Formats: sequence, C-alpha cells, structure tokens
Amino acid sequence: MYSFGILSAAIWVPIVGGFLVLSLGDRAGGNLARWASLLVSVATFAITLPLLTGFDTQTAAMQFVERIPWIPSFHIEYFLGIDGISLWFILLTSFLTVLVVISSWRNVSSRLSQYLAAFLIMDGLMIGVFCALDAILFYVFWEAMLIPMFLIIGVWGGPRRVYATIKFFLYTFLGSVLMLVAFLYLYFHCGDSFSLLAFQRIPLGASAQIWIFLAFLIAFAVKIPMWPVHTWLPDAHVEAPTGGSVILAAVMLKMGAYGFLRLSLPITPDASHQLAWLMITLSLIAIVYIALIAVVQKDMKKLIAYSSIAHMGYVTLGFFVFTQTAVEGAIIQMLSHGFVSAAMFLCVGVLYDRMHTREIEAYGGVANVMPIFASLMMLFAMGNVGLPGTSGFVGEFMVVLGTYQAYPWPAIIAATGLITGAAYTLWLFKRVLFGGIVHAQVAALNDLNGREILVLGSLAGLVLLLGVWPAPFLDVVHVSVAHLLQQVSVSKIPS
Amino acid sequence: MHNALSHWPFAIPEIWVLVMACVVLLVDVYVGKRQRDLAFVLTGFSLLAAMALTWADRGQSGFAFFGQLRLDPFTSVASFFVELLTLLVLLYSRKYLLRRGLYRGEVFVLLLFALLGAMILISGSNLLILYLGLELLALSQYALVALQRDNLRATEAGLKYFILGALASALLLYGMSLLYGLTGVLNLQQIAVALINVGPQNFLLVLAVVFVVAGIAFKLGAAPFHMWLPDAYQGAPTPVTLFMSSVPKIAIFALFLRILVEGGYGSIEIWRQLFIALVLVSLLIGNVVAIAQTNLKRMLAYSTVGNMGFLALGIVAGTQNGLASAFFYAVVYALMAVAAFGLIVYLSREGFEAEEISDLRGLGRSRPWAAFLLLVIMFSLAGVPPTIGFYAKLAVFQALIEAHFVWLAVFGVLMAVVGAFYYLRVLKVALFDPPAEDLHYGADDPLAASVLTVNSVALLLLGIVPGALLAFCFHALQGVL
Repeated sequence: MYSFGILSAAIWVPIVGGFLVLSLGDRAGGNLARWASLLVSVATFAITLPLLTGFDTQTAAMQFVERIPWIPSFHIEYFLGIDGISLWFILLTSFLTVLVVISSWRNVSSRLSQYLAAFLIMDGLMIGVFCALDAILFYVFWEAMLIPMFLIIGVWGGPRRVYATIKFFLYTFLGSVLMLVAFLYLYFHCGDSFSLLAFQRIPLGASAQIWIFLAFLIAFAVKIPMWPVHTWLPDAHVEAPTGGSVILAAVMLKMGAYGFLRLSLPITPDASHQLAWLMITLSLIAIVYIALIAVVQKDMKKLIAYSSIAHMGYVTLGFFVFTQTAVEGAIIQMLSHGFVSAAMFLCVGVLYDRMHTREIEAYGGVANVMPIFASLMMLFAMGNVGLPGTSGFVGEFMVVLGTYQAYPWPAIIAATGLITGAAYTLWLFKRVLFGGIVHAQVAALNDLNGREILVLGSLAGLVLLLGVWPAPFLDVVHVSVAHLLQQVSVSKIPS
Repeated sequence: MHNALSHWPFAIPEIWVLVMACVVLLVDVYVGKRQRDLAFVLTGFSLLAAMALTWADRGQSGFAFFGQLRLDPFTSVASFFVELLTLLVLLYSRKYLLRRGLYRGEVFVLLLFALLGAMILISGSNLLILYLGLELLALSQYALVALQRDNLRATEAGLKYFILGALASALLLYGMSLLYGLTGVLNLQQIAVALINVGPQNFLLVLAVVFVVAGIAFKLGAAPFHMWLPDAYQGAPTPVTLFMSSVPKIAIFALFLRILVEGGYGSIEIWRQLFIALVLVSLLIGNVVAIAQTNLKRMLAYSTVGNMGFLALGIVAGTQNGLASAFFYAVVYALMAVAAFGLIVYLSREGFEAEEISDLRGLGRSRPWAAFLLLVIMFSLAGVPPTIGFYAKLAVFQALIEAHFVWLAVFGVLMAVVGAFYYLRVLKVALFDPPAEDLHYGADDPLAASVLTVNSVALLLLGIVPGALLAFCFHALQGVL
C-alpha cells in the first residue's frame, strides 16, 4: 500500500488542464485546444494506469489512501482511496475521456475549446466520485459533475436541448439532495465523522436504515436510472452531442450503481435485505418493460438509451440477490455496458456526422457502402445482445446465474430480457445496415476514417478481451466483493 | 466603567466612520464640483481604514460608554464584513453613477452613514442604541433608493420602502417597549438577567417577541413580510440594490442576535415557532414566485426571500452551530448577492439597465468571461458544489439535523431544488440562447470588471477551500450562548 497522491493527480490534472484548455480558446482553428486536450486526457489515463499495476488484489482494504483534513470545523476530510470495486471505473473514465477527445476532433464546430474543457473537467470530477471516501467530498464531486454535463447538453445539444438539460439537472439534483440529508443524519449518528468507512461500521436502527436506504435509493435510482424515474435519460441522450452521450451512458450511469455498492449495501445492510424485493421488482421491470419500449423506438439514440436502462436493470438485479457470482457479474456488466454503450453511441455519432439524422427510417443498406463500420458495429451489437465471446455475455450470464442460485423465478424473467435485447438490437442493425439502399444520401456515405477506426477499434478490442478472458477483471474485484457481501450479511441493528 | 473616555477605544471603527462621513461631506461641498473623485477616493480610503481598524480590534472584548456598545469577536467579524461589502458596493458603482449623473457626494455620505448604522446594529448592546442604529441604516437607505428623484419608479420604490420600513421599525419599537416594560431595563445583559424568572407562558413576553420577530422579518425581507422587497429592489438604482441586498442582511442578523439571543434566549421556544412559520412561507414564496419573474432584479429579490428562509433555518435550529451557520449564511449570501447585482451594474449603460433576464441573451457568445462569472454566481446561489453557496446551505442543514429538525431539512432541500430551476433558467438564456444583435452592454468599466472577477472567482475558490472562511465565521459566534 503506497501512495504518491496518484488519485489526487488523476482528479486534478484533468481539472486544471480543462481550465488551461479553456484559456487557450479556439486559437489556430482550435488545433491548440485539440492537442492540449488530447495531451491532458492521455496524461490522465497514464496517471491512472499505475493504479492497476500497483493494486493489491489480495486485500479488501482501501488502497492508495490520501487523507488530510479539509474543512476542520465540520470534520470534513479530503479522504481518497480505492478498492477493487472502484478501480475499474476510474480506468474506464479516464480511458473513455481520451476516446471522447479523439472522436470530437473534427465534429464539433462551435466553441471547441469550451467543449473539450467541459469533458476534461468532468473527467476529474467523475474520478473524484469513484475514489472519494468522505461523504461530503463524494457529494461535492457527485453534484459538481452536473455542471459540465448541463453545459454540454445545453450548449452543444440538439433542438430540444434546453428542455432536456434542465430536466436532466433538476432530476438528478432532486435525487441527490435527499442523499445529503441522509449523510448529515449519519454524521451525527456516528459521532462527528463523514468518513464512509465509519458510516459502514456504525450500528443503525431498523427504521433509520429504511429511511436512509430510501434517501440513497432516490439519488441512485435517478442516476442509474431505474424505472420509474428514468424518463430524463432518453431526452438527455437524444439531445446530447455524441461525446456527452458516451460519457453519460458509459460512466455517469455507473455512478448510481457504484453508489449502491459503496453506500447503500454496506451502510444499510438490513434495509437492503428487507427491500430487496422492491429492488428486484424494479430491476425486472427495467429488464422486461423498458426493453419492450426500446423495440418500438424510431430514433437510434433513443433506442440505445432505453437499452441502457434495460441493461442497468441486470446490474441492480445482480446487487440485490447478494450472491458473489451475481454481484461480480453486475460489476462486469457495468464495465461491459461502459464499453458497448459508448461504442454504440459513437457508431450513431459516426452516422449522424454524415447524415445529420438519427431516424432509423432514413438509413438502410449502410453495410454496402461502409463495410468497416458495419463489421465493427456488428461486434458491438453482439455485445449489446450478450452473445458469448463478447463482454455482454459474461456480465449478463453471471447475473442470471447468480440470481438463479437465490431466486429461480426472477432469474427466468430476467433471462427473457436477453431475447428482447436481441430483438431490438438485431432489428435496429438490420434496418440500418442491411437491405437495399433506398436513400440517395446513404449511397454517398464514406466509410470510417482512421480516427474513427482507432476509437471504435480500441473499444472493439476491449469488448472481445472482456468477453473472452474476463479473469483479470474479476481478480481485481473478487476480494472486495467478498468483503462487501460479508458486510451485508451482518446485521447492523443494535440488539 | 466610571470614565466614559476610558472605553472609547472599543468604539474606534464606529467613531472613525462617523468622522469620515462628515469629512467626506465637507470635502465634497468645497471641492466636489471640480474634483468629485476626491470624495470617492476618500470614501474608499475610509472604508479600507475602517476594515484595518476593525481587524486590529478582533480578539478583544469589552463594553464602551457604560454598556451602550460592546466589542466581542462577533462585533469585529461582522463589522469587518459589512465594511468590506460597502467597499465592494462603492467600487462596483462608480461608472454606473457617473453615467447617470448620480456621481455626487451625497451618495458617498449616505453610504457611510448607512454603514455606520449597520455597525451600530452590530455592536449595540442597548435597546435604544440598537434602534438608533436601525433607523440610521434605514433612513440612509430610503434616501439612496429615491436618489434618482426624477425617475418615477425609483420614487415609487422609495416611498413604498419608506412606508413599509417605517411600519417595520414601529413594530420593532413596540416590541422593544414591551420588553422594557417587562423588565424595566434597556441594557441587553440586564434584560437577559431580568427575563430568567419570566416563563415563556408570560403573555407580555410572547407579545414582545412576536413584535420583535415581525420587525426583524420585515427588515430581512422574510415572507410574509416581503411585499416591499421586489419593488424596492427593482426600482432602486442597481448599486443601491447592491447595498440593500448585502449589508443590511448581516446587520439585521446581528440585531436578531443581540435582542433575541443575548437578551431573550430564554424565549427561544417562542421565537423558534415564529421562525419555523417564517421559514416555511419564505422558502415557498421565495422559490416559487421567483420562477414567474422575467425581470432579473425582481427575480433576485424573490431569491432573497427564499435565501432568508434558508438563513432562518439556522435560527430555527437555535443552537450554537445553528446561529453560527445562519451568520455564515448571511455573509455568504451577501457575497453572492453583491456579485449578482454587480454583474448587472457592470453590464448596464445609460438607458439600458440589463435588468431583464432576456437582456442576457447570448452572453456566452458575446462576453464569455462575464458568462462564466454568471455561471459561478448562479450555481453558487443555487447551492451547487463546488461553490461557497453549497457550504452555506450545508452548514444550515447540518445544524438543523443536529437539532433534530429532519423534516424541516427535507423541506429545505426540496425547496433548494425548486430554487435551482430559476437560476438555471437565467443560465439557459445567457448560455444556450443565440445572441441578440440589438444588445449592447456597457461592460467597459475596468474597475467594476476586476472587482466582479475577484468577487465571483472567490465564490468558486472559497467553495474549493471553504475551511478558513467557515472557521472565521463560526469562531465569531463562539460563546454567544
């Protein structure tokens, strides 16, 4: 366990870099801003890599810990640290930011430096969420992240961007304020400390646990999002620019799920058990009902957005059956969805950049003119379906398997989601890529350029790697998940 | 205590401001026609010197003039902030006043007198002295609001403010007289002693507290005593609004602290109930009605109402931490309000007040830096981290939960979400809407620009490292109970 302030560097380098990019402005046609952002994002990714190489997979204790007083009058600390659960998400965040910067190279026409700066700042803030171990610090990152996203959707979004971004902001803000109240309650309950680790240890009465669990649930359910508080997501995705959709789907949605693992389960284990039926029901509704909604979408982005909600249903399902396989599967599913949904949104972005429409009807026969694109998208579609060999399979299979060990019937219902998932994904794929070319515009499409191949290709590699050889990924999370489940199994109600 | 003169060192900042107000008045009479800037510079210097004097006094405590004024850690800290805020007001408004022919000696003199009133409210320790301070502050403000005497709206605002303000003063005075009748003394320490044996069931005490609280709520602008506020804010010249929205909030909080905490803490069960009602109504009216506003100054006026509701949450908690958090909220709110109105002052020019929300259309493109500052200010007002506004709300909620008012805290955070909407709407107009061709901002005053920059960036930086400011404000209220 050593610490050179790697986590601090991973948080602050992109934030400071973002402000630098902002100050560069759009000089030299924005080239300066482009290269500077690329440099900052690659540097951040490079900074986060030692987290993986130096990570000790044998312990569930927090690693790379940094702890100094921040606001002494309130006992708030600048307390960072990671375990096996947070590690992959930090890497995912810094990696996807690099891809977003590259994919925005030529596609953003106005205020490029501000656009890139917003992503860099958000990069730092999101990493902050995944490694904050002080409740207020966590909350600060959690909320601060909304500001750049609000701007990204509002400034660079589609025609209904204002509605979408304000809805996004208010929904998530509403969700999180109650979490703050819960934090303050826990603070006094645990003797003037905001440390999440201390929160995890203190005994809590049954009804207090229920209330705190519900407060957390609202915050995380909005973020994930779970049915019935999911309605902001399709709007936000449809209006957001490609980069915004990628970060939203691949990282932000994971934060809600991460919140369950870091806060809800260990702090309120009894309430988690008691309300597991609710969580499982909501998850199944997402898996079955939201997937059916996805089938009938006419807009590609909306379809993928609904499919995201359905996929996140597996994640929450996995958490609340409390078996090792299911929880690990859920984490793999989160990672896999991070890759696949990012890739799917990037694919839509590729098409949108060329055709300026996301209507499925406007396409057809794209495979004839864009073979490289078609083959890559094929892979991602398979990942979305959960075909063996891709990352989607590992996560969903483990979740369903783990669920079956505990509750057979929910597992069977969840498995039907795999079929619906195949239906909407393959149907989308067929309508967009196959068939004859109906529209003249489609005939004139150019295939992927080098930059796009680089971005999609690297994601394709990860989807296959995680699908074929998930062991290294699982090794990291194994001990932490075991520790978490052990925490959850012990009642915290004082006798 | 025998020789009045031996205690005057405890009142140096007040005496200094009084003397300098007279000096500025005289200087302006003699050389004002030719050299108006002299009065401006002199006022600025007086304020800086007052800040230095106050700073030098901190840490001391004692009474001056036979217990009329007192010096304690709170006095120094609160006086320091009102002086600082007055200085900010002065610096923001130079160009604005110049352009509208309001750059006159009276403004500076009235500002200094208003400041003196605020300082006396902060340091007074006797009901009569406090009332004098309140009237000094209020009368200076009435005159300032009606400064543009040919402007119909300003005159109307001034009159409305005057009538309702006088009513509030009368309520307060009546409450004070009841307190006096009940105890037979005017000195607050003696009142506290005399009230020990008066239970909260005493009808006269209840009546006295009700009137005092109503007067304070009036002056703060807490609903349902907020009727004067939107009109006065909108009608007054923006620099005056700047002053009204900042300095009096801290001064009136001090008045509350002196009368109801130092003097009447025994009656906490009475005034807590009243403040709970004020909180509920203020949060609801302030945040909901603000949504319907199209005028930025009016919107910010309603936002003041809402924010006073948040401030009063700390008062409801009523504990050491609660009162400290309310004071911290007052300070932070004043800093945010000064920045928000300062931005309006900065953007305005002759014949264009930049006071409609739609006047900010496309600010993000035409003036990116101003738009960035607006972003910081609005998120700070909405209480979104990492801005200082978040910590102000955090402190208040924390105190509230410590005092077991969880339901009020839940109500408060929900209202914060409602409030976020209208701040976001301002940002929507400024950042997402396309710029309008016909908007020409003033925005050419380097002085206001630099003050605005420092002011707004401070909101952000203080949000990243809030520890020192928090400790400073919380320390001021140590031992207040």
